[in-house]
Amino acid sequence: MLAFTLRRAIQAVGVMIAVGIISFSMFRFAGDPVNQMVGMDTSGAERASIRKSLGLDDPVIVQFGHYLGNAAQFKFGISYQFRLPVSNLLIERMPATLELAICATIFAMLSGILMGVYSALRRDSWLAHAFQAVSLIGISLPTFLIGILMIYLFSVTLGWLPSFGRGDVVHIGWWTTGLLTLSGLKALIMPSITLGLFQMTLIMRLVRAEMLEVMRTDYIRFARARGLTTRAIHFGHALRNTLVPVITVAGLQFGSVIAFAIITETVFQWPGMGLLFVQAVQNVDIPIMAAYLMMVSLIFVTINLVVDILYTIVDPRLRSTVSRAH
Amino acid sequence: MTEPVLSVRNLQVEFTSRRGTLRAIDDVSFDIAKGEVLGVVGESGAGKSVTGLAVIGLIDPPGRISGGEIRLSGLRIDNLPPEDMRRVRGKRIGMIFQDPLTSLNPLYRVGDQIVETIRTHLNLSETAARRRAIDLLAEVGIPAPDKRIDGYPHEFSGGMRQRVVIALAICAEPELIIADEPTTALDVSVQAQIISLIKRLGRDHGTAVMLVTHDMGVIAETSDRVAVMYAGRVAEIGPVQDVVRNPLHPYAKGLMGAIPTLAGEDKRLVQIPGSMPRLSAIPRGCSFNPRCASAFDRCRIDRPEPLPRGTQSVACHLYDSVPAESAA
Repeated sequence: MLAFTLRRAIQAVGVMIAVGIISFSMFRFAGDPVNQMVGMDTSGAERASIRKSLGLDDPVIVQFGHYLGNAAQFKFGISYQFRLPVSNLLIERMPATLELAICATIFAMLSGILMGVYSALRRDSWLAHAFQAVSLIGISLPTFLIGILMIYLFSVTLGWLPSFGRGDVVHIGWWTTGLLTLSGLKALIMPSITLGLFQMTLIMRLVRAEMLEVMRTDYIRFARARGLTTRAIHFGHALRNTLVPVITVAGLQFGSVIAFAIITETVFQWPGMGLLFVQAVQNVDIPIMAAYLMMVSLIFVTINLVVDILYTIVDPRLRSTVSRAH
Repeated sequence: MTEPVLSVRNLQVEFTSRRGTLRAIDDVSFDIAKGEVLGVVGESGAGKSVTGLAVIGLIDPPGRISGGEIRLSGLRIDNLPPEDMRRVRGKRIGMIFQDPLTSLNPLYRVGDQIVETIRTHLNLSETAARRRAIDLLAEVGIPAPDKRIDGYPHEFSGGMRQRVVIALAICAEPELIIADEPTTALDVSVQAQIISLIKRLGRDHGTAVMLVTHDMGVIAETSDRVAVMYAGRVAEIGPVQDVVRNPLHPYAKGLMGAIPTLAGEDKRLVQIPGSMPRLSAIPRGCSFNPRCASAFDRCRIDRPEPLPRGTQSVACHLYDSVPAESAA
């Protein structure tokens, strides 16, 4: 088990180094960084000295080493547009994005699993058909359109929910949360639903398909032959066996949720990392873009690692094959 | 005579499909007494398993019991409300399925599955149920049951898993055990152990056993009586020695002729020509008539009803001395 975790962790480090190469090369592809920093009238000698002081004369491999070393210490340089350390900007924005992503995922998991189980167990009811239809909409309509439609309905027409921003936030150390104020909670509703809708439909369809599959297995038939109650069979036996693939998808999707948050954050002017990234793209603020890339990859890789470990908790068969392999 | 544990009368099971209604079980009747093992043999698709599932009430739509009745120690169970029937399953009727590898939920410890079943049916505390589970595992011959109870199904071999399945089937002291091909998925050496285990448990607890299999060897070894099924009907039923030594129905004769003898005489094994008809194309008259060497005119028109003949009962016109009125 430990060896398994360790091996996965080493793989994760490998992936992060690869991402580091990509984000490092962004600086070089996007032109000379010195040009981005100085004015038109800077002389060649001044440029050369800046170049030297920034270490841009060093061989590429040395520069890359510095870059990775700094990135590992969470130093991503200074933003061109804000003139502030990128890491400060990211940390300031991260709680907003994470809160949104977590709320969206919880919403997607809860409603997706409930709807999936229901539409598997009551396959022919009208509600199950309605869920299927809704899920089709959720999968095919683009996120921003749903967001805009919701803003139109709930903010503009009905005036129930705020159309942008996070509402009032409370500071807890460096973390800011909108979960503790009414306006913060109200502001979370629409972005969370917008962001989570796609995952919800995905999870719902997955749970439904898996559940139907599991209900056909021999051990469910045998559980019925043992006279277990319907509830024990459906929720004790069938649902738990359904959850293994659901955890994978939900876990991997959490990374996409954070990545897709760019769109939702733009629609709702949500002050998170995604919005920061979009602004950075508009202003060719390479340090922020590179750092964002690293951050999102780090989150992806970490989630993958956690999902792999979670598997072994849900499915005992993996536990022993994992330990037997070593 | 005491009441039989299981009494099936004129059972019919139908499956509704787009192309019409198929009758998988047609007019099947048999009894199983306390402590008796009834073997049910036949080719694949003869309706053996469906009969077992009908008795335990697990025929799923589009299938349904369309006629006849099933009584368990006198109580009619084929028309019980679902919740009452659930309480009968596992408690009064235990079932063993063919494949022990897939019968247990892979995500739960063996002990949890047994305890769960015990506590569903018996009013026992968690600890008492666990003690009982350990005793059961010991009874079905699992070594070190107090340790193995915390194992997961994948940590058991096929034979051991089938023992766990048997422990699950008997955990509430059922009156009847339905074993549906309990040894088909196992090694030959393990088969013998499982068969003798089922036989011993049936004897020790006075449980009636319905043993569904296509293996005549298993039947001959274990059963007290045997029912030979063909195309959803019982062709012949009787004490196992009589049916094996002196089969009456041409189909039963064919089956027995296909068993190699240990004496090793250089006789060619008899083969029954053709194959069993599909449910959608069951011939008129006796369903066996196209394959039967002794078929005559009446067999193609009239459906034979079971007739008592000595200790056996056979559904064949050859044994009907009364001339048929409709055979013209």
